[in-house]
Formats: sequence, structure tokens, C-alpha cells
Amino acid sequence: MSVTTTQTITETPTFVEAPLDGRVPSGPIETLWERTKFEMKLVNPSNRRKFKIIIVGSGLAGASAAATLGEQGYNIECYCYQDSPRRAHSVAAQGGINAAKNYRNDGDSVYRLFYDTVKGGDFRAREANVYRLAEVSNAIIDQCVAQGVPFAREYGGMLDNRSFGGAQVSRTFYARGQTGQQLLLGAYQALARQIAAGTVKMFTRTEMLDLIVVNGRARGIVVRDMRTGEITPRLADVVVLATGGYSNVFYLSTNAKGCNGTAIWRAYKRGAYFANPCFTQIHPTCIPPVGEHQSKLTLMSESLRNDGRIWVPRQPGDTRPPEQIPENERYYYLEEMYPSYGNLSPRDISSRAAKRMVDSGRGVGPLRNGVYLDFADAIKRLGEKVIRDRYGNLFDMYENITGENAYKTPMRIYPAPHYTMGGLWVDYYLMSNIPGLFVIGEANFSDHGANRLGASALMQGLADGYFILPATLPNYIASTKLEKVTEDADAVKEAVDNVKRITERLMNVKGEKSVDHYHRELGKIMWEYCGMSRTAEGLQKALQLIPELEAEFWENVRVTGSANELNQELEKAGRLVDYFELGKLMCLDALNRNESCGGHFREEYQTPDGEALRNDEEYAYVAAWQYAGDDAMPILHKEPLKFEYVKLTTRSYK
Amino acid sequence: MRLKLRIWRQKNAQSEGRFVEYNLDGVSEDSSFLEMLDLLNQQLIDRNEEPVHFDHDCREGICGMCGLMINGIAHGPKAAVTTCQLHMREFKDGDTITIEPWRAKAFPVIKDLVVDRSAFDRIIQAGGYISVSTGQAPDANVIPVPKTQADRAMDAAACIGCGACVAACPNGSAMLFTAAKLAHLNSLPQGQPERYDRAVLMVNQMDAEGFGGCTNIGECEAVCPKEISLDFIAMMNRDLLVANLLGKGKR
Ligand SMILES: Cc1cc2nc3c(=O)[nH]c(=O)nc-3n(C[C@H](O)[C@H](O)[C@H](O)COP(=O)(O)OP(=O)(O)OC[C@H]3O[C@@H](n4cnc5c(N)ncnc54)[C@H](O)[C@@H]3O)c2cc1C
Ligand code: SF4
Ligand code: FES
Repeated sequence: MSVTTTQTITETPTFVEAPLDGRVPSGPIETLWERTKFEMKLVNPSNRRKFKIIIVGSGLAGASAAATLGEQGYNIECYCYQDSPRRAHSVAAQGGINAAKNYRNDGDSVYRLFYDTVKGGDFRAREANVYRLAEVSNAIIDQCVAQGVPFAREYGGMLDNRSFGGAQVSRTFYARGQTGQQLLLGAYQALARQIAAGTVKMFTRTEMLDLIVVNGRARGIVVRDMRTGEITPRLADVVVLATGGYSNVFYLSTNAKGCNGTAIWRAYKRGAYFANPCFTQIHPTCIPPVGEHQSKLTLMSESLRNDGRIWVPRQPGDTRPPEQIPENERYYYLEEMYPSYGNLSPRDISSRAAKRMVDSGRGVGPLRNGVYLDFADAIKRLGEKVIRDRYGNLFDMYENITGENAYKTPMRIYPAPHYTMGGLWVDYYLMSNIPGLFVIGEANFSDHGANRLGASALMQGLADGYFILPATLPNYIASTKLEKVTEDADAVKEAVDNVKRITERLMNVKGEKSVDHYHRELGKIMWEYCGMSRTAEGLQKALQLIPELEAEFWENVRVTGSANELNQELEKAGRLVDYFELGKLMCLDALNRNESCGGHFREEYQTPDGEALRNDEEYAYVAAWQYAGDDAMPILHKEPLKFEYVKLTTRSYK
Repeated sequence: MRLKLRIWRQKNAQSEGRFVEYNLDGVSEDSSFLEMLDLLNQQLIDRNEEPVHFDHDCREGICGMCGLMINGIAHGPKAAVTTCQLHMREFKDGDTITIEPWRAKAFPVIKDLVVDRSAFDRIIQAGGYISVSTGQAPDANVIPVPKTQADRAMDAAACIGCGACVAACPNGSAMLFTAAKLAHLNSLPQGQPERYDRAVLMVNQMDAEGFGGCTNIGECEAVCPKEISLDFIAMMNRDLLVANLLGKGKR
């Protein structure tokens, strides 16, 4: 790996004229997936054992895929960096999971879920993928219930639902404030069953550090055993990445500390296209930061917006405590600005509105960096007990962190980096442009366009893992001739050497500043210039600052300890190396996209009242970037997006 | 705040560990316990010493990765929180804090405060699931589940697999963890077909991993960050009794 990093990116990227093909089969969208499933090739049950599939990641996407492909009889290896697959960051999802069951009889349908998701994504997702997602959503709920996921029930024993942002129907299934945990335990248990059955081998505390590509096909990965430091190749017939999102590029985010972009980034450097890297989601309801020691930000589930009302003092600079601000001096800005969705307006819109309030001097709390989320009305209407039943654990968590009792005084919230819609490019079959490399869950770019609706990531992870990949991956195996690969192949040795070289290089800098120091600095740059709102000028600046910081890192970072043992500093350093590079690509992508859409807000492109202004003429495409060398500009491929079912309109929640 | 820390340092599983004392200044009351350790580690790195290794990931009290013995109490002095959710406002300026890893035969130390809890995974693999392959499920509302049953299953399913119960137990028993998983699945209609096999298989695995027996001390419940109830152990014992009568637990 070359690391000449000081050059700034000024020229416009070269792009490839030929459109990138998402391989969407033709035909009416309603029957597309059924037909495709029929047309895909199958693998005979007695042959499946002979094919080895590596799945990196044990979150909702990875665990469900590993379990399901194991059940089908394939020979699976599954990897995660935690000490147990049950700890993947899916576990932290609080709010819920969508499905088009229409158990409320309130007008929901597969088509409506499809429509809401395409519109919510601000018309930057592929229609056929989104339709399929909505189509399989119901089977996910069935599967999870059968596994014993204790979803919330009504007194009659039927499943309960709640509402989430960006929808006018109640289609979200939930298990208290721990939906992600319960869904993950369901998938983890299915995985455990396959481990016991011998179809899946699980490798914990093992980090993927490179992808092995042999003759143009993905044939394995290079891993580091985090306990011993041993670096080894693992070969297979197919590689699946289910490694989650990269919000930690911002340092402060709602992701777990270990979440990383390393697996997908190193696959990018082996030729996989990275799609829409600048599409990141800033979640509106997180606890505002309190000081320099802050190591992460905590989400307060969006479901709170069902009962909480968001407001700030109408008068900028009003520092009175909330209870002293009379009703007519409170600005319920979401309710006023977006009357039909109100406090349940989509995330990008709610986040930007909060930023406008704080920027205009209406921020609340000691650092004036938040807005109120107030439950007083709901408590008056429903009683404290109902609110406690619905959100008790969230209120407790809020109190642990802030020391404040939200039953008595309004919560303070502010947006924080949360989810990345961007990720490795995949076709309709969830395969990247490298044959044999599949990407599922948050790690791919596929279904959420420029903005993800709440409760749709859990749905997508499980759709990919339980239902879609287990249908498309066998088709690849059945239609490909896979020659034997051994560890002495040049490509394998080269990949192992590459990982060893990076590791050694990091250990040998022996500088003076910690990894966290540099990560914090990178985070500040990203948040300032590539966060909630962006400008060409700011992005250019970031594209100067990041390489400077990166160069300093390579001169002056201090990685303590040795490479042949458990070494958390080394782990963090390796991830940060990739975040520098990914951060640059995010800025480049944001600079290239001269429009505002969903979570990508370019200040130059807004309507008179400050809403995102899309440019469908020029930017209704997926930007898929191809690595061209450390010192070269990446090459841009465009996958044109056609909207045949959901009419391209300005997204309005007013 | 200014603190005196006594921290268990151990290079690896083979070497002997010992307590090392550190003085730490400038700790914010608003920081979490792990952020306090981050601060210490930052200072150790500045002095070119190896930082203290500890497990953590979500820092939101849900992944179950963190877990420290703090002044002899698993997850520290505040009830019903994980180590990562414990905040420094629970301590006073000038306090001495002793920090150790989970100590149990079935949880060997890997380094410093990091231990190996893979035995928990093997208990689940022994039977902590419902055998339903993808695609076999009927419509989700076909089997109504009374709210009280669903709530009870959820109470048990809230376990995060942190291992504090084991660390707190003088016998190093994993009863609370195992009972929680059993109660989760065995409370639901979907869990009935394998109910008694599951109980026997998981308890056998628990014994095989070297966890101790239960003598009803109740330390586990006291430290559990998710307030998993001892009642689940009673339920497990009842299921085991029935399982024995029925000759269950063979697969
Ligand atoms: C706080 C929070 C709350 C959320 N709430 C909701 C919600 O209510 N509803 C909703 O729909 N979505 C929610 N989301 C989003 C959703 O949880 C995630 O998008 C989704 O769970 C991601 O699942 P995944 O399987 O793709 O990745 P993850 O669950 O992140 O799993 C990644 C896996 O990859 C492994 N891994 C990563 N890198 C490597 C590597 N280099 N080597 C080896 N293994 C690696 C990890 O060990 C892990 O097993 C929330 C997200 C957060 C952060
Ligand atoms: S029962 Fe409680 S203490 Fe034990 S592992 Fe589960 S959550 Fe942790
Ligand atoms: S770090 Fe996840 S529970 Fe503490």
C-alpha cells in the first residue's frame, strides 16, 4: 500500500461513458422477484457441502445469511471482530422493523411501503430493489416470530405496531426499546443451531483486513487473529461482506466503537466500486455532546417522536429553563413547518431543522447545542405509567448519561451521524462488480437512496440475509466454473504481504500522538465540512485538510505494544488508515453531486424556504467510484436511475 | 475529579497478573466509566506505556461486551447499569477505585481486563434456539401470544450475555444466564416442542464448561444490569424436573 497522501484533489473526476448496469431483469415490478427466483439456477442439495462461503459479519445481515445458507447445506465460515456474534452493532437498534403486513388495516400494502421508501430515499434508490425489499418484508416478521422474537403484543395476543418517521401508516413492529437486540438474538440463535449442526464455523475476535481476488473473482480474505496477531489467508468459493456502516468516520457517532469501514474499503482497493459514499444519515434524536472526553454519541430512539414534541424558545438567546418559558413563546418548529408529518417528519428534514434552530441561537442546554423533546403533554394525556411502559428503558438511559429525569424536564436532543446509505455497489443480485463478492446489509448501498426511513435498516439486513442472498448466491455458484485456489497462489501471498506491510508500517512510525487524537481530528473535519450541510468551498477545504492530517498521522502516530498480541491501539490505527482514505472519497462524492437530496445537503442547492433542491436532469444516478491507485483520482461510473412506478416529484412533507 | 486507580494488569493468559496503581487527574463527572479509562489510556500512551486493555463496543449498555469488577462489584456500584453506562458522578473526588476483570474458571483472562466468555456461546449452541429454518414459518399472527407471556419472554430475553452474574457468584455459576435464555424460549408457544430437551442440553453444557452450581446466594440478580429475575432459575429447575421424569435431553 502506497501512502503518498499530501496531494489535493482539484481536477474533476473522469467518468466512464458507458452506463453501469444494475442487471435488473426486465418485466413488471410486481412479479419480477418471483420470476427471477424461478429463472435462477440451483445447486443440488448433495453438492452444496462442497462449496465454501465466507461471510464476514454476524449482524442481522451476516448472521441471517450464515444461518440460512448453513441450513441449505453450504459450508460456511463466519467472522466477527467481537468476542461473540451476538454483539454485532445491530444489537443496538432500538425502535423497530417495518413490514407491509397491514395488520392495522390502515391502508398499508407492499406497494405503499415500496412507494414510501423510494420517496423517503429522495429518488436515489433503484426501484426494483426497493420493491423486492417491501415484498419480502412480511416473511421476515413471520420468520422472527417463529424463532421466538418476543415482539410487543396487544392484550388479544396479536402483534402490536407503532409509527415511524416518513410514513402515515403504523407498520413498525417492535420489542420494547430493544428491537435490534431481539432480532439479532433470533438470528444468532439460528446461527448457533447451524454451528452446532456443523454447517457453520464461527471465528470471533478475527478481523478481515484484505480481500483476495484471483483471476478476477473474489476467492478469500486475509484475517488477523486479534488475540495472537497472526495474519492468515482464508480461501473460499464466494465471499460475502456484511460488515455494517462507516459512520465512525466522524469519530463521534451512534455506532459502536469497533464499527469500521475496513472490510469494504479494502475490497474497494481490490476493485469493488464504492457507491454514493457521501450519502450519510444524521439522526435527529441523539443526546448532545457534553465535552472533550466524549467517546461516542447515544441515540434516543425515533419512536420517542410518537409522543414527544420538539421545540425551542421562539426568541433566540432565551436562556430561561424550559418550565419558565410559556407556551406562546415556544416554537414547535416541526409542527409548524411540516404540519402533515409534524414531529414524525423524516430524519434528514428533522435534523436540518434542528441545526437551523441551533445555528439561529435557539439552542438549549448548558452548551446551547440541543433542542427539546418534551413529553409533558403525552404524560398529561396518557399518564406517566403508559409513557414508562413504552419508553422506560430509554428514559433510564437518558438519566444515566445526563443525570436528568425526562419525566420531569424535557429531554435535550441533537442530530448525530448514525447510518450510511452509501456502501459497496451491488447489482440486483447483491453481487458487487467483482464476481463472487456479495455485499449485504448496511455495507452495501442498495435500498435507501439518499435517506433511509426509520425501521428500514433492520428490514433490509434481514431481507438480504434470510431471503435474497440465499436465492441469488446459489445462482452464482451454479453458473460459474470455480477453479481450485491454493495458498501458494501469487494473489494470495500478495494479499497477505499487503496486510503485514500495513501492520509493520503502523508499528514502526513510533511517533508521539495517539490514534484517537488523529481520529478525533478527522471527525471534526468531516463533521464540519461533510456533515449535515456541505458547500463546494468547504469540501475543497476538507480535501486539503484530510491529506495533511493523514500525512501527519503517518509521521507521528504512536502505536504502543507489539503486533503479536491483543493490541487495541493497532486495531484502531488500521481502521483509521481506511477512514482517512474513505473520508476523502466521501468529500469528493459530495463535491461531485451538485444537488441536494436526502441526507446530502449542498447549501448552494436549496429552495427559498431552505429545503433540498434535487437536480434530476443531471444527478438521477448512482455514483459508483472505482479505485485507480493511491495517487490517482478514482474513476466515476454512473448507474442511471429510472423511475417507472413512483413519479419523480419534489418530496414534500408539508 | 482526582482519582487513585488500582488496576489489574496481565500481559496474557500465560503470565501472572498484578495490581498497578495510577493517579488520574481531571476526570469529568459527566464522563462515563470507560471514558475515564480512555483518559487514563491517553496519558499512558503519552508516557509511552501500554494502555489498559478492556472489552467494550456499543457503549450503550446493550451489546454486553463491557464488564469490569469495580471495587469488588460487577459493573460497579450503581444498580441495573453496565460498566459503560456507569458515569463518574457516582464517585467522589479523591476516591480509590479497584478495577479487575471478571474472575471465573470458565472465563480465562486474555489480557488485562479482557476475558474469554465463549463458553456462553457454547451453552446457546447446545440448545438455546427454536429449530425453525428460514422459510418454514407460518403467518406471524396465526399463533396468538398472550401479552403477559410475551412480556415475560421479553423480560428474560433482555439478558445481554455480559457475564456479570458469573463474576459475582462465589461459585462462578452461570445459572442466571442459562435460565434467562430458557425462560425466554420456554415461555412462548413456539418454544414448547423443544422445551424440556432444551433445558437439559443447555444445563449439561453449562456444567461441562466448568461453571459452578447454584446455592441460592442471589448475587447474580443483584448485579445484573438487565435486572434478570431469580424466578427464572426456579422455572428452569421446574423444567429440569419434568425433563427428568420424561427422560428428555437426548438428541
Ligand atoms: C443506535 C442505533 C439504532 C438503530 N435503530 C434502528 C432501528 O430502530 N430500526 C432500523 O431499522 N435500523 C436501526 N439502526 C440501523 C441498523 O441497526 C443497522 O443499519 C443494521 O443493524 C446493520 O446491520 P448489519 O448486519 O449490516 O451490520 P452490523 O450489525 O453492524 O454488523 C457488522 C458485523 O460485521 C463484523 N465486522 C465489521 N467489520 C469487520 C471486519 N473488518 N472483520 C470482521 N468482522 C467485521 C462485526 O463484527 C459485526 O458482526 C440503528 C442503528 C444504530 C447505530
Ligand atoms: S443474566 Fe444479567 S448478568 Fe448474567 S449475562 Fe445476562 S445480563 Fe449479564
Ligand atoms: S459496551 Fe456494550 S454493553 Fe457496555
